[in-house]
Amino acid sequence: MSVARGLLATLVLVVAVVLQVSFFPHVAWQGVVPNLVLLVVVGAALVRGPRFASVLGFAGGLAVDLAPPADHIAGRWALAFVVVGYLAGRIRQESADRGRPGATAVVLAVAASSFIGTSIYAFSGLLLRDPVIDVTEMVTTLLVAVVWDVLLTPFVLPPVMALFSRWQPSRVAY
Amino acid sequence: MARRGLRDHEDHEGRRAARSTLIVLLLACATVITLDYRGGTDSPVEPARRVVGEALGPVESVTSSAVRPFVAIPQWFHSQSSLRGDVRDLEAENARLRSQVATSGLERRRLAEYDALARSASDTGYSLVPAHVIAYGSSQSFSHTVTIDAGTRAGITADMTVLDNDGLVGRVVRATTTTATVLLVVDADSVVGGRVGRGQQVGFLRGRGEIGDQGRLDLDLVDSSVVPTEGDVVVTWGSQGGAPYVSGIPIGRVVSVYSSARESAQRAVIAPSVDFGALDLVGVVVPAGTRSDRTLVQAEGAR
Repeated sequence: MSVARGLLATLVLVVAVVLQVSFFPHVAWQGVVPNLVLLVVVGAALVRGPRFASVLGFAGGLAVDLAPPADHIAGRWALAFVVVGYLAGRIRQESADRGRPGATAVVLAVAASSFIGTSIYAFSGLLLRDPVIDVTEMVTTLLVAVVWDVLLTPFVLPPVMALFSRWQPSRVAY
Repeated sequence: MARRGLRDHEDHEGRRAARSTLIVLLLACATVITLDYRGGTDSPVEPARRVVGEALGPVESVTSSAVRPFVAIPQWFHSQSSLRGDVRDLEAENARLRSQVATSGLERRRLAEYDALARSASDTGYSLVPAHVIAYGSSQSFSHTVTIDAGTRAGITADMTVLDNDGLVGRVVRATTTTATVLLVVDADSVVGGRVGRGQQVGFLRGRGEIGDQGRLDLDLVDSSVVPTEGDVVVTWGSQGGAPYVSGIPIGRVVSVYSSARESAQRAVIAPSVDFGALDLVGVVVPAGTRSDRTLVQAEGAR
């Protein structure tokens, strides 16, 4: 991956993190906001595969863990996004023709990734007791987060996928 | 056939590479989590947090000020009837408050004298650094924190009280040069010493980790024989040296009280007076005479 690509990926992540903390809280429901970084990671996974997406997920997760309002134990979102990136990337790898996944597949991938990602984060919190939370509240938050992410999918995923597929290293034509 | 085999081989290679990358990254995550978990307040992750904060703080600040005008748009569309309703409610409340003031004028004056006396004796007047909230932590993170656009350059350091015109907001947990992170009192990690009611009973307030209309605090009273009444005001108890909380800041009102035979303490549920879903302008309590890059708001009676 060239330096320019790395910079552009960093830029996309920074924009996602900043919008997530500074813009979306104004339209949030009970403080639950769409998880833009997760959408970016899933989008990258669907066009670039698990390896790229898990690296991107690690970087994005660390950014969410360290960017200002965050006060939880660092590395928890990174863990969640690495797993999400890998799993979403496997969807692409498994699909036989390796073409762009259809709209339904994308929405399902986002819903599943959002559920898995937020769950991993929440359970890591339960294990580390950081902070002690109510399970019913956790489940509500999780479901609302999935709805949010699916709602934002048509706006975020197409540009992200277009952006990342443009950098795809040219494949040897068989 | 040969092509097929080549492609399968390539797939296999790609999968192996992806799996080894995954393992490396998972180990890296585990390392970061362990470092931060074991480290506590002086964890090795803290400098990284600071660097990211220094870099992203100004960006968040700019984004937030760009977004602010648009956030206010829904407020223009208040209908006339709802405004009339508001006026009626406010007039009723005004009348009620006026009668309260009239009856309690004597006590108030006496209290004011005592306050002034105490203040001049201890000479601990404080000032406020005004700041805007520029970023909110998401509920998915299950921790309720916000970022404000004032940092060490404005005289803010960790463990300072943050309030707005309704009451206590939280405390500063860390500050960069231009921003500071505030832990809200509704966060599940937050514990505040409070005094309740006429008896000024002391207790500890813990957040439930929820914001919005359902945002509540639990108050555990130290003395189990005291029963707080509904509607009692809870104010901060204050810590030594005013860190992290200065005393006498209103936190909220008692909405319900319950006790169980098993627990030795009375427990009251407090509705915070601050609307944590719509925080904007807040003030950070700093010692009087702090050097700051902005004009400080002087508290009444401070010298």
